[in-house]
Amino acid sequence: MAHKRKDMLIDPLVDNNPITLQVLGICSALAVTSSLQVALVMTIAVTLVTGFSSMFISMIRNHIPSSIRIIVQMVIIASLVILVDQVLKAYAFEISKTLSVFVGLIITNCIVMGRAEAFAMKNPPLDSFIDGVGNGLGYGLILMLVGFIRELFGSGSLFGITVLPTVNNGGWYVPNGMLLLPPSAFFIIGLIIWAFRAWKPKQVEEREYKIQTMEAH
Amino acid sequence: MSDQDPQNAPKGPIGRFLALPPDSVGKTIFVAVAVCLVASMVVSSAAVALRPAQAVNALKDKQINILQVAGIHDPDVDVIEAFSVFEPHVLELATGQFSDAFDPATFDDRAAADDPATSQALENDPAGIGRLSDYVTVYLLRDDAGEVDKVILPIHGYGLWSTLYGFIALEENGNDIFGLQFYEHAETPGLGAEVDNPRWRALWNDARLRDDAGTLQITVAKTAPAAGDEYHIDALAGATLTSVGVDNLIKFWMGEAGYAPFLENLKAGGI
Repeated sequence: MAHKRKDMLIDPLVDNNPITLQVLGICSALAVTSSLQVALVMTIAVTLVTGFSSMFISMIRNHIPSSIRIIVQMVIIASLVILVDQVLKAYAFEISKTLSVFVGLIITNCIVMGRAEAFAMKNPPLDSFIDGVGNGLGYGLILMLVGFIRELFGSGSLFGITVLPTVNNGGWYVPNGMLLLPPSAFFIIGLIIWAFRAWKPKQVEEREYKIQTMEAH
Repeated sequence: MSDQDPQNAPKGPIGRFLALPPDSVGKTIFVAVAVCLVASMVVSSAAVALRPAQAVNALKDKQINILQVAGIHDPDVDVIEAFSVFEPHVLELATGQFSDAFDPATFDDRAAADDPATSQALENDPAGIGRLSDYVTVYLLRDDAGEVDKVILPIHGYGLWSTLYGFIALEENGNDIFGLQFYEHAETPGLGAEVDNPRWRALWNDARLRDDAGTLQITVAKTAPAAGDEYHIDALAGATLTSVGVDNLIKFWMGEAGYAPFLENLKAGGI
């Protein structure tokens, strides 16, 4: 059992990553990855919300009527997100200002709903919590990777500390402005998915169609 | 919890109720009500418990913004200490004179704008603010000789999604802009939210409100007005409605309904 739980935590990092394999949560990954600090806070917030929402949903899973289960899940998730938002506003005001609407948008993050529906509804609370945390971390791993590339080459810094002095500030590095704009995250995530699937060919999806071979005459 | 074996049959009314199949009508309503109740209690207690800390943050943020717009913000100096150089006054908009009826330390601009006793509903409302308070809190910055150096005036108006709240800093002649900064808004990140971009804010520096004839000329637009470049702030690319909102609010607040009487007094040296 202990071994299985460890797998549940590690699996979503690479082998079953919510972004690269399940291709969920792309929208917020575009928005919050222009700097590492914001990406890190978002990672922590999503990990906490996914973990605890999965746990609470799993605790009452045998009592949730299937007719209103999505709404019940949404209520639990939304309350947790509001909680995170309030705590950020109270103790990390600057960051909460930069994250602006995106904390609230964790509610609509497909990963949180996806884990609640696919895992927490059928598994005991502790397993669901670990699964939620694992998926949050898997999401965060990609966020940090994308954030690293975007902040380093887009503004020449990491966590706000200058690494490549930019021309504007009297250095030599000409920053790539496109990396600060959301579309660049699309390209980077695409490249990461490519890299992951080249490394683990098992992740390549099967084609939904077959190319017919011509019969020889 | 519901997979009980025969020896462990549910006991008592609560146990029997919990053992009901989840899809029964009673259970459905019970779960819906219970989840909503618990969730709302958690959310509201968090909101109430954290409000003092949030209020402190919001006030500090506002003070930092006032310091920044006046160009004297230093991240190493304690905000409250640095903020003490300002001289807050409650200003009566209609007369352009300071009022003693309120204590500037406790006067709440936004509450005053909602209170029918201290505000008017606007007929002509280009800035989209609904009600205009009769009184606002303004901040004076004096130089070493005790003369007025800058005035910091609160402004607000509707952009695309939200009301933008900010400050404008004017030089002692009441006509030259020293800076403009918004501290609270919910415009589109990357587009309208570029009102926070330091490069765009720098455009306000050294712009002028009125021409020599006293006509309000300041304009936020894509092209410069006929009056000349010093009255022109380049509009934000990709954020037409936010730019129009800023244009409207600056014209409204600097106009007759806003600070014009006060700026007259300031120019005449009556402050």
